[in-house]
Amino acid sequence: MSTNTIVSLPDQETARIPKKNFLTKENGLLSWLLTRDHKRIAILYLITTTFFFIIGGAAAALIRLELLTPTGDMVSSDTYNKLFSIHGIIMVFFFLVPIAPGVLGNFLIPLMIGAKDVALPRINLLSWYLFVIGGCFELYMMIFGGVDTGWTFTTPLSTHYVNSHVIGAAMGIFIAGFSSILTGINFIVTIHKMRAPGMTWFRLPLFIWSYYATSIIFVLATPVIAISMVLIMLERVIGIGLFDPTKGGDPLLFQHLFWFYSHPAVYVMILPGMGIISEVISNFSRKRVFGYTAVAFSSVAIAVFSFFVWAHHMFIMGISTYSALLFSLFSMLVAIPSAIKVFNWSATLYKGSITFDTPMLYAFGFIGLFTIGGCTGVMLATLGMDIHVTETYFIVAHFHYVMVGGMVSAFMAGLHFWWPKMTGRMYPESLGRLAAVILFIGFNLTFFPQFILGYLGMPRRYHFYPPEFQALNVLSTSGASILAIGYLLPALYLIWSLRHGAIAGNNPWQATGLEWQTQSPPLTENFTEIPIMDHEAYDYAWLERQSRDNRREEAPSAE
Amino acid sequence: MSEQNGHAHTIVGPGVYVAILFALLAGTVLTVWASFVDLGFWNPIIALAIATTKATLVLLYFMHVKYSTKLTKLAIAGGVFLFLTLVSMTLADYISRAWGSW
Amino acid sequence: MPNNQAIVPAASEPAGAGHNEHPSYLLHHFQSVEQQADTSNFAMWLFLLTEMMFFGGLFTAYLIYRNWYYLAFVAGSHQLNVVWGTLNTVVLICSSFTMAMGVWCAETRRRSGLVLCLILTFILGLGFLGIKTIEYSEKIEKHHVPGFHYNLSSFLDPASDPEIFKEYHDKPLPLDIARHTELYFSLYFLMTGMHALHMIIGIGILGFMIFRARAGAYISGHVTFVENFGLYWHFIDIVWIYLFALLYLISRH
Repeated sequence: MSTNTIVSLPDQETARIPKKNFLTKENGLLSWLLTRDHKRIAILYLITTTFFFIIGGAAAALIRLELLTPTGDMVSSDTYNKLFSIHGIIMVFFFLVPIAPGVLGNFLIPLMIGAKDVALPRINLLSWYLFVIGGCFELYMMIFGGVDTGWTFTTPLSTHYVNSHVIGAAMGIFIAGFSSILTGINFIVTIHKMRAPGMTWFRLPLFIWSYYATSIIFVLATPVIAISMVLIMLERVIGIGLFDPTKGGDPLLFQHLFWFYSHPAVYVMILPGMGIISEVISNFSRKRVFGYTAVAFSSVAIAVFSFFVWAHHMFIMGISTYSALLFSLFSMLVAIPSAIKVFNWSATLYKGSITFDTPMLYAFGFIGLFTIGGCTGVMLATLGMDIHVTETYFIVAHFHYVMVGGMVSAFMAGLHFWWPKMTGRMYPESLGRLAAVILFIGFNLTFFPQFILGYLGMPRRYHFYPPEFQALNVLSTSGASILAIGYLLPALYLIWSLRHGAIAGNNPWQATGLEWQTQSPPLTENFTEIPIMDHEAYDYAWLERQSRDNRREEAPSAE
Repeated sequence: MSEQNGHAHTIVGPGVYVAILFALLAGTVLTVWASFVDLGFWNPIIALAIATTKATLVLLYFMHVKYSTKLTKLAIAGGVFLFLTLVSMTLADYISRAWGSW
Repeated sequence: MPNNQAIVPAASEPAGAGHNEHPSYLLHHFQSVEQQADTSNFAMWLFLLTEMMFFGGLFTAYLIYRNWYYLAFVAGSHQLNVVWGTLNTVVLICSSFTMAMGVWCAETRRRSGLVLCLILTFILGLGFLGIKTIEYSEKIEKHHVPGFHYNLSSFLDPASDPEIFKEYHDKPLPLDIARHTELYFSLYFLMTGMHALHMIIGIGILGFMIFRARAGAYISGHVTFVENFGLYWHFIDIVWIYLFALLYLISRH
């Protein structure tokens, strides 16, 4: 591989997008709203989550603008509280959690395992509708005055002291939670029961393993937040007293239940990203992922460990010191499987034929940012350090490094990588690389200063701050504006490419997954015949053998 | 498809169901009777033990887990384990907030 | 890359895995009936696991407050009628039995037996809810529903509640203990209420199934729906077995 790209496109003069594909099968709005095709549902998810991302992003932009100056001169304190609450609720429950499973998972899981559809197509559509209904509750809540509890709904603030639309927000999360549950059930069942002949567990792409782990969390953790949201609503309506100290209840119990979901949910927001990165890194270094088994099991290990660490969000809230020690220990253990992944990705690069196409640039960004986010996570798992920086911008920077730097970078990598498969057309490569670099620079400029701010003691969730913090805040806000360009640019050129992008052909990246063996965009039933998996995952030698065979077949017929 | 169970779908007959029905009814009588006897510390433990036995019978026979695939059994075991994690690790906090005076 | 290869219309599949006939209930994306049945069965189990975790939050809350406020929980549980509770347990166990028999009838293709079993289950389910209504209305009369109208007099002055008093001879509780009975009743209504909600949903589905079964459904060898509903119904039974032990039988001696 001497060239700087591995892209191999068909001859643009003669190539055509296949006439018959899942996009052209039926026309009309109804054919989309009633579809049971996993690929169309993925597109529906892409549109809705992008919509929510715009709302959440607008709230973030207003927050950063407000923080440009130490005084609260743009919005009132109340509005500021509502802004960061809306930013948190929308970004967590309606963007980060559904985006990777809803879009890439729905689109790719059946394709990757060689199935015609997910196991329960109707349930899949239902889960999208539940997501939309949940989203409508949030829109209602925002239009009629918003909520100002933060996305954590901490009791007794949310049950007794605020007078905003907590019930609407909680109801939205409750309903969207069922959407997650149904998606999770669907994925687990699909991966277990729908694999093509020959597709053994250890031939699955690592993408599938990480989505499997994600689905375990969806299925087992989400119901707990459902019940905690029900309890919040009942507490506000009837006053059941479970979280009310005046009746003998314990507000901390709510946090136990809330974080029992919400900490694993953090891994829901990163595990799919890890799966995407495994695919991308392997493909653009033309090597099998180093330590396939270790990476596969580390995904499951992260999912399992994620259930034992939740109380590290509560170290300063008054839980017992002894159980804090226990949770601190377990939290550090999560670093082990995460580190296994990072080391194995690095080892995959070693002696690989690396090309720097757009998905790979995002993947490099992911590894760097996730490592910083992960290492600060270990710092925060230590009790002494945590008590010093809890509720400061250090925390904000830490989880943005993992969620935005990690997950959004990974999602962008995946979106670019599979864009040709989804639409049949390539995005403009040079603009793509530019956007990846802009995103990386903008992100670091936004959030690295926040580590320093937090360490110096600037608390989160206030819109006034002492003047000595202004320099770093200005830096952060200017970074946010660069970051915004990093999001807008791909949005524009991806839409442009729907019409004008180069025709991608079946396998523009020379990748090995089953999804690349079918046409792009795929047929509604994915494959003309059910494929038989006769090689390991990431077997690039197999791919070369196959294309050599194809050439040999074509040669005589051409004569 | 690799999980496809080799053995055919087992049909459990009425005989087994009737036996389980009587076992469950007997368990109900037993647990009500036990609650009226003062066993101190052991009362809740016995109540929960009987309830768990009854639940296990329902699981194994009415819900056919005894005849299910390993996958189903594993999934149930995993779910129960996580249920116990939720309960026990939350209680770990409450118990250790004030040793002894719980 | 063979971009323009001939495309086989999807409808002509599924590519048979040794099956010559394709029953009408086999959905297009499955290879075989066994695969389809296995899949929906496993999905149902996963759904039941989420249900279990859903109740898990309530059980956790119950255990914490029961240990904190044991005396209040004992006094609260004395307000529940153990006869009604036991009767309800028996009713629910019997309905589980009839449901299991219904699944057997469907598997062995006995149409009238299936309809009978489903109707019996339906009636027993309604009976359970009827008894629950009687119990709830007692609580409402005594103002034992948590919230604004919660009334402590049964605990501060047990003699004012002669029915319960002559059975248990509870001592009056001081105010700071007695007021925690409200948490007991919160949990009682939450847990039994959630359970009853599941029952109502189940009874609704049962009604639909009776209607379908009379028209001859479920006896063609495709019993997945009945089987999965059976799992749901038995799960509700299991939840009640624990609720009965935890809420009614705290301390009766």
